[in-house]
Amino acid sequence: MPDTRPDTQTNQPALRTADVTRHYAMGAATIRAVDGVTLEIARGEFVALLGTSGSGKSTLLNLLAGLDRPTSGEILAHGTNLAEMSGDELAKYRSLTVGMVFQSFNLLPRMTLEENVELPLRLAEVERGDRAGRVQEALKRVGLAARLSHRPAELSGGEQQRASLARALVNRPTILLADEPTGNLDSRTGEEIMNFIQQFNQELGMTVIMVTHEPRLAERYAARQFHMKDGKLSANGDAQ
Amino acid sequence: MKTRDLMELAGRNLREAMLRNALTTIGIAVGVASLVAMLSLGIGLQKLVMGRLQSSGLFDRVYVTPRPVGASLSGRGGGRGNRGRNQQDDVPTPGLPPQLQPPMKPLTSTVRKQLAAMPNIVSVFPELRFTADLRYGGTGHVTSASSVPFEARGTGQFDNITGSFFSGANANEAILHTDLAEQLATQGNFKANDLIGQEVTIRYPERKPVEAPPNQRPQDIVANGEFGQGFTIQSADVKVKVVGIVSGESAGPGGFGGARIMLPLELVERLNAVQGFDVREVVANPGETIYPTLTMLVDNPNHVQAVEDAVKQLGFGAFSLFDAARNLQLVFRVFDSFLLVFGSLALAVASLGIVNTLVMAILERRHEIGVLKALGAADRDVRQLFFTEAGVMGLVGGILGVFLGWGIGELINFALNKWLVSQNLTPQKIWLVPLWLVASAIAFSILVSLAAGLYPASRAAKLDPVKALRYE
Repeated sequence: MPDTRPDTQTNQPALRTADVTRHYAMGAATIRAVDGVTLEIARGEFVALLGTSGSGKSTLLNLLAGLDRPTSGEILAHGTNLAEMSGDELAKYRSLTVGMVFQSFNLLPRMTLEENVELPLRLAEVERGDRAGRVQEALKRVGLAARLSHRPAELSGGEQQRASLARALVNRPTILLADEPTGNLDSRTGEEIMNFIQQFNQELGMTVIMVTHEPRLAERYAARQFHMKDGKLSANGDAQ
Repeated sequence: MKTRDLMELAGRNLREAMLRNALTTIGIAVGVASLVAMLSLGIGLQKLVMGRLQSSGLFDRVYVTPRPVGASLSGRGGGRGNRGRNQQDDVPTPGLPPQLQPPMKPLTSTVRKQLAAMPNIVSVFPELRFTADLRYGGTGHVTSASSVPFEARGTGQFDNITGSFFSGANANEAILHTDLAEQLATQGNFKANDLIGQEVTIRYPERKPVEAPPNQRPQDIVANGEFGQGFTIQSADVKVKVVGIVSGESAGPGGFGGARIMLPLELVERLNAVQGFDVREVVANPGETIYPTLTMLVDNPNHVQAVEDAVKQLGFGAFSLFDAARNLQLVFRVFDSFLLVFGSLALAVASLGIVNTLVMAILERRHEIGVLKALGAADRDVRQLFFTEAGVMGLVGGILGVFLGWGIGELINFALNKWLVSQNLTPQKIWLVPLWLVASAIAFSILVSLAAGLYPASRAAKLDPVKALRYE
């Protein structure tokens, strides 16, 4: 299928939000999970999104990932407004433009690593003949090429997160969204994962947005930090 | 997603909840089996009854009479058994004064050729009858002989024959009615079946034309310019071989019309035995054979109506028993619909099983659906995935169900025939599973399953990925 990613040759920032809100109705009360966030992330940047739990940082990440729609405001990915996309277009955006990694890995337990990593290729309708090579390539990049036929439960936490990095990578997206990628890992394994992410940022030129609550990680890896509190950005883009 | 990926993922999902999906599929199979069993019973019974009626030779025939319907029916009024001595052209239509009687169109040999040339006609034949004296073993039996067209071989009238049917349309052979065969056997003190292969002599009244010079017979010039023709009747003999003995029962209603000796039609025509109708030819229409009635054998009962109409258009009377058959078919349609409704009930219940199974699957796979969506699955992909799972259950259930239904049918057939044989009755196949039933049962099963999958599939597709991902 043709590559329908937004034109990566433009000078548009990778992601830009303008006064984005996401409100939930909770009974009579309205919860403002994201409340008027405006930010801009340049292409190839590595930014961290910090905040306590409930600060709205994960909600913002889901909005950037196209998993959720804003109540108001604009989210532009390479200049295209996610808020105006149809369901199918958003699915395509999730498939081809962004890759996601989660704190709890979210590998499908009954599939082998190879099948897990192949899943985004199936969803993107990549030709069958091209798939095995791309799965191999992605798993090789995270050092798991030898464990194709293992199931997630047979792997350590670090290996599972590496597999999920391979899965996020396999469709060659331009943006990597990581939601507490080291939250379930010990610090040594976490560092290993962070090194992979840094490598993707530096070698593949991927734009990385990482949600974390560990200032130490943010300071060490991210070029800029956004701090969130009560759905608002409290400090915007401090350079490290 | 591409179809092959959908099938692979659906197959994987179905295998993962093996027991539950297998039970659901078996439920569908039972539903389809009940449907197939019910319908094949209906179809089998219909086929049995219609087959019986059709083999009687009544439903693929059109009887042609010289006068349009109304007048002509009275000619057949006495039934087939009386046809030999009933000459309907002189029977007036009751209630009509003579000048209003419909004109009569004689069934000449030209008309016979004309009728035979119509579409969908296997053959057109008269029934020739004459009084014959069968001589065997020094004694004679005066009885009635009639012609049998060679095409009657395929109609089932002679299915239960002892011996065989005529070897050819023109063979010097005879088939005897069991009544006559038994009579001969009793008198000659031998078994009736011993007659098969024996040569018998048939003495019959032969018609010999008398050529009269037209110039000497001016009074024979009738109003329409045709000449009458005289003939004499002489006794003649023909030797025929008895090839078969048949009971009137197997010929269906009407039997063989009271005839005790059946001879091939072409042989009878060659014999030129005198017909009651021949008297008419003495005063009118010479040179052509005239038949009291003609029977048209139609290739398919479905064409009978059209043939009947076409013959009426020609100005002849036409009559068939097809209307009766059609009413019977209507009765079977109603019967089949009832069976269909009851058979479908089980399938409807089974379809609820699909709904249940898939809704359960949504709850179980909620997180997985969230992951799929995060990885780029559109609502459509998720819907199609659940739809495919429902369809596969329908397909497998349908195939299993057809086998199961077929098995039940065979079992009942077997048991029924065992009982029939124990009651000294002929075994029957009352169970019939035609290929179209197999195909439509499977298609119906898939359709019902897809319909059952409609709600779960759209519910799964609408899952909010953010909530689904949070759900562990």
